[in-house]
Amino acid sequence: MKYSWTEFGEGVRIALQALKANRMRSVLTTLGILIGVVVVTVIISVIQGMNTYVSGELSSLGTDNVFVSQYPWMINSWEEWLRVRKRPKIEKDHYEFLEAHVQLAEAVVPEVVTRRTVKYRTQDLGGVFIYGTTDKYMIISNAVPEFGRFFTDNEIHHRRNVCVIGREVADKLYKNKDPLGKRIKIGGQSFRILGVMEERGQMFDFSMDNNVMIPYTVFLKVFGKHRSLEIQAKALSPEIVNELKDELEALMRRARGLRVGQGNDFSVNEQSQLLEVYNNLTKVLWIVLIGIGSIALLVGGIGIMNIMLVSVTERTREIGIRKALGAKRRVILWQFLVESMFISSIGVILGLLISIGLATLVKQMSPIPVNISAWVAFLGIGFTVSIGIFFGLYPASKASRLDPIEALRYE
Amino acid sequence: MMIELKDIHKDYHLGMETVHALRGINLNIDENEYVAIMGPSGSGKSTLMNLLGCLDTASEGIYRLNGSDVSDMNDDDLAEIRNREIGFVFQNFNLLPRASALHNVELPLIYNGTPASDRRELAEDALKKVGLSDRMHHRPNELSGGQRQRVAVARALVNNPSIILADEPTGNLDTRTGDEIMDLFETLHDGGNTIILVTHEEYIAEHSDRIIRLRDGHVERDEAK
Repeated sequence: MKYSWTEFGEGVRIALQALKANRMRSVLTTLGILIGVVVVTVIISVIQGMNTYVSGELSSLGTDNVFVSQYPWMINSWEEWLRVRKRPKIEKDHYEFLEAHVQLAEAVVPEVVTRRTVKYRTQDLGGVFIYGTTDKYMIISNAVPEFGRFFTDNEIHHRRNVCVIGREVADKLYKNKDPLGKRIKIGGQSFRILGVMEERGQMFDFSMDNNVMIPYTVFLKVFGKHRSLEIQAKALSPEIVNELKDELEALMRRARGLRVGQGNDFSVNEQSQLLEVYNNLTKVLWIVLIGIGSIALLVGGIGIMNIMLVSVTERTREIGIRKALGAKRRVILWQFLVESMFISSIGVILGLLISIGLATLVKQMSPIPVNISAWVAFLGIGFTVSIGIFFGLYPASKASRLDPIEALRYE
Repeated sequence: MMIELKDIHKDYHLGMETVHALRGINLNIDENEYVAIMGPSGSGKSTLMNLLGCLDTASEGIYRLNGSDVSDMNDDDLAEIRNREIGFVFQNFNLLPRASALHNVELPLIYNGTPASDRRELAEDALKKVGLSDRMHHRPNELSGGQRQRVAVARALVNNPSIILADEPTGNLDTRTGDEIMDLFETLHDGGNTIILVTHEEYIAEHSDRIIRLRDGHVERDEAK
């Protein structure tokens, strides 16, 4: 099969001419393809950006932390909720039992939270997170006081009203003054400030500096014993997280006195589950949006086929002339395939340009790092060629099989 | 012998009916002959022309063109033969409307892969031969009827074909322009080309050296002047 370059050149020349002669028509035809390309490209890029963003943010949670909680993090059905809401809360005794017996954890920490307004003299600061915890909090959260110190086991045991405040609380309530040694009112009680935590920044737009840490024993005393603790454990290394999960589950079952065959009346959660939840959400998103994109591409492709059929009919006489002069079937086939590939390439190129524009817009208006990667360009070329060939094949084949005598007679 | 037709039959099947357009044609045409084929409607004149021009193949019989048996060739081979051996001139010119005269003449050269520089030279030569060098870059709609037909003749010549096959070449032209075209054919004939003219006009056929008359798919008369 020898395709000469001259025939190729003629095919390209004809395609350009045909497009120039029918600019409006060609543009309208490519609209479907354009929309399809934009939808698919932008969505893929945005989702990829979201994935990067989310896993980045989540990674600051720590991949080696395991949580023993009253409820699971993700409740998937009403029935599940009815089951779990009857669960008993996690008590101080359970925490102490776990803490005493666990072997695979670097640290075990109880945590109990509420959100309150805190006061210094006449100043109020609302919406502050109050954490009841132990000094192991520093290991779990990977943060230490920048000024002063954390409270000690002794202070926890003796239920002293002491606390460590977050950076934002320090800045907003104490401004230029040194907060150390000063008092802060939480839940109607006065606490002495032992330290100020280093700045920790934000996770998912959520400030990690707007908090106050107090001994969990004091928390339970001040805010009521009816609250459930959450027990957080940091594995000795990320590789044994699953083993730690199993160990904590076993210990907790002992602590709760559960018999073999009885289900857990608590949950063991960890960070990878959050990622899983997120992935499940985006999976649906993927499918829906790629579905829409594909339909648009299909519509565009059918549009191309339609226009090409019209083009073939319009040029029947011309095809007859070319055949009479010696053009072989495959030459005519090629001529029309080139034309349909040109039309689809216009749609794809414009679509990619618009996609890049939209992606840049999204990147500027949100924290999501959207990027149109290089492979998308290759995808675009691939699309052009395949759509052009696939949807142009039928009309091109029709053209190539025209009988020259009939074609020459066509008015 | 340039053209040898032996017992050529051509049938068309239209639904249940069969039309016997050619019912046993025997014909020889030599190099550098100037032949006119005449006949009323239904005589098989057009069918014979299509056959001679390798646009179609016979149902029965043998067609030898310039030594090759083209009776049974497939589409691709026929296309090649047409490109190399036949120069068509049509009644309605059949030029590509959106291409220049030059590009129109280049077309047969494009389809046999002639490189661009050679193409241009050969096309310009052909246009010179028909006296249209100054109109090379005009489009058909910028040319008169006579000029268009000249372009068509140049196109027919450009590949140096065995035969020039003209189907009512003056049909769409006024008498004076028509005469000019017939003079052109005369010149080409003097230059060595073989010319086959298909017409129903007696006075056009008179330009040739031999008139073959068809009736009902047969050669009724075959007279040299």
